[in-house]
Amino acid sequence: MKVLMFGWEFPPHITGGLGTASYGLVKGLLKHNIDVTFVVPKAYGDEDKDIRLVNASDVPLNIFDKQFAEYQKHLSYIEINSKLIPYQTPEEYYDLINQKESGTKEIGQNKIYSEKYEFSGKYGSNIMEEVRRYAMLAQEIAKNNDFDIIHAHDWLAYEAGIQAKKISNAPLVVHMHATEYDRSGENVNKVVYDIEKRGMDAADLVVAVSNLTRNIVIDKYGINPEKVVVLHNAVEPIDSMAFAGENKTVKEKIVTFLGRVTFQKGPEYFVEAAYKVLQKDKNVRFVMAGSGDMLNKTIKRVAQLGIANRFHFTGFLKGEDVDKMFALSDVYVMPSVSEPFGISPLEAMRSNVPVIISKQSGVSEILNFALKADFWDIDAMADYIYGLLKYDGISKMFKKHGKTEVDNLKWENAAKKLVGYYEKLV
Amino acid sequence: MKSICFYFQVHQPFRLRKYRFFDIGKEHNYYDGYQNEYIMKRVAEKCYLPMNKLLLDLINEYGSQFKVSFSISGTALDQFEMYTPEVLDSFKNLADTGNVEFLAETYPHALSSLKSKMEFSKQVKEHKAKIKKQFGYNSKTFRNTELIYSDEIGEMVADLGFNTMLTEGAKHILGWKSPNYVYTNAINPKLKLLLKNFRLSDDIAFRFSERSWEDWPLTTDKFVNWLNQVNEEEQVINLFMDYETFGEHQWEETGIFDFMKALPQAVFKNSDYTFNTPAEVTKMHQPIAKLHVPYPISWADEERDLTAWLGNELQDEAFDKLYQLEGKIKKCKDKSILTDWKYLQTSDHFYYMCTKWFSDGDVHKYFNPYGSPYDAFINYMNVLSDFEIRVDDC
Repeated sequence: MKVLMFGWEFPPHITGGLGTASYGLVKGLLKHNIDVTFVVPKAYGDEDKDIRLVNASDVPLNIFDKQFAEYQKHLSYIEINSKLIPYQTPEEYYDLINQKESGTKEIGQNKIYSEKYEFSGKYGSNIMEEVRRYAMLAQEIAKNNDFDIIHAHDWLAYEAGIQAKKISNAPLVVHMHATEYDRSGENVNKVVYDIEKRGMDAADLVVAVSNLTRNIVIDKYGINPEKVVVLHNAVEPIDSMAFAGENKTVKEKIVTFLGRVTFQKGPEYFVEAAYKVLQKDKNVRFVMAGSGDMLNKTIKRVAQLGIANRFHFTGFLKGEDVDKMFALSDVYVMPSVSEPFGISPLEAMRSNVPVIISKQSGVSEILNFALKADFWDIDAMADYIYGLLKYDGISKMFKKHGKTEVDNLKWENAAKKLVGYYEKLV
Repeated sequence: MKSICFYFQVHQPFRLRKYRFFDIGKEHNYYDGYQNEYIMKRVAEKCYLPMNKLLLDLINEYGSQFKVSFSISGTALDQFEMYTPEVLDSFKNLADTGNVEFLAETYPHALSSLKSKMEFSKQVKEHKAKIKKQFGYNSKTFRNTELIYSDEIGEMVADLGFNTMLTEGAKHILGWKSPNYVYTNAINPKLKLLLKNFRLSDDIAFRFSERSWEDWPLTTDKFVNWLNQVNEEEQVINLFMDYETFGEHQWEETGIFDFMKALPQAVFKNSDYTFNTPAEVTKMHQPIAKLHVPYPISWADEERDLTAWLGNELQDEAFDKLYQLEGKIKKCKDKSILTDWKYLQTSDHFYYMCTKWFSDGDVHKYFNPYGSPYDAFINYMNVLSDFEIRVDDC
């Protein structure tokens, strides 16, 4: 079976869970002898060579094509407010703010719809134009490739998936890694919502990363429940001893928050829980590793509570630094307000770090060896932190069984399930 | 003459309230009074009161032909006094008939037999005294928490002056042997053992309302027919079960009360069984062999072992930390500390920490006040941390 996949990012050039999940899934599919062609807006050349990657930036666009003109008619020019851009890294966010202020960067409509265009492949202010160009190129790519199924990851690639389906009539699978409701709460960006809905309506199968996401898709987007299935993410096992020698420079135990400091991730609940624990026990240090639009507010709150000498900010971490941070941590907390899946607790667990996760996360559906609290329940969260620090029983149990639990969540198994769904479609 | 021996377990723990770590050192009331009262009243209404009345009526009707036995934990008795004194009165009425045997157990329904002979003896004596005081009954038969038994536990029980003890007819212990005989302890043969016939007991306690069961619905005729199929020489059918089976595990609508009401007559009419108490059974029938139980057994789950209460990391830490306090407690005279010491030993606290049920936890969810075994553990450890401070200060 041959699958044409459309994504937006691919390791090592990733900003969040989307790229990691896409990569894991493709690797899993390869193990089941599924032939995958993965399209990204921009390839860098240092990606995994085992995977056939198509760089959309290399594909010329025939701007005089009839279909292109037709497509243009259906899409009006959309001004994007920077705040509404999903998956933005903090660095990009600050860059963007600065650009806006100095007013130096112009996004030329002409340039993006010229014959050749180098995608940024990021989440900048011209993202909608990139999405549109990507969709147009999808037609070209669909014409020139042979495949049985189209699979598009998240809304950025949905238009591409729809166009590829138009050309080929192959069944379309869209994969909801996150919904606009997860990213923005109730203040959804209508444009993004519409693209998500259009993608799901056009799809023959909608894959949701959790029951939580499946319910949102059905309730908020009105998608027919019969075509929405759940496929939980997985994680690749790593050598947990790789960073075991990492030296702790403080004697206190360390409780870690690692993720974007944004509304969705619930950083303020972590701060309030930390305050409660510190009132009882000063021999604990809290670390917030990450950056985002709520960072300044969070720092202010920490200062206001007078716990800054026990609460530390590392800024954005990536790659090895993330693993090092886990190696130093005694407890990992993910208080997300809304988390379609949430891979980071799995990464913590495979480093033998006990985790506290919010019940409002997809990953909580599949984990037994994790403590689960409502994101707003700071009393429960504080109690869990204190319990993990003071009473060894749970840490011992999690160390014994947690890693096994995570190691069993193989992409290979998730991919097997997906192959079953594919087979029903073709 | 063959015997049917009914033993009903009556137990309610003092469930703990939500006790956060910031309460440690400040708050010393550990129990969820509201929930304990609510559950006690509900079970009293659905089970204890109607079933006690049903049994009393049967005894009035059949006289000494119909007998049953109870083991009522000290924590249940204490809660009857606190919340439902009418239940206590109805048990007293049953006691007054002389057709009911009251068994001794550890006062707080504890696991002390596995940890401390001294604590165990103390709890058994306290419970025996309580039964004597409440019902005027001098217990000669013992049953340990959740029918936990081993050769060594049996020996301790014999040393405490009991001549009969109840336990599970666990398959892995009995092998080809039948549970329908009297056995003796392997170390001290003076202690006679009665073994639960788990098939016939569970037909009533678990399968009674199970519609997918091939023998559903269970009628008294069917049940008596099974009793009659038991081998000629076998002596006793021990029907051991939770008293809450009647009206609580099996709702009234299932017909469980009607079944019990009709059972004696069906037995008298169509079989040559009599109803006897454990003390009578071990007098009437000769033991046929020693039973070797080197490792503790219980009546719980398929495994019939201790893993519902002990063995995982949570349970073991909580259990060890609790009993580390035993030495200090001996020197303490504070009444409220000694009461808490008892109530914190109740086996249910450890049962709530069981993690065997991640796949199918139905039985264990019953009356379980916690959302997860971790909640049970952290809550218990918070309470224990406060308790430890008080013990240290005592």
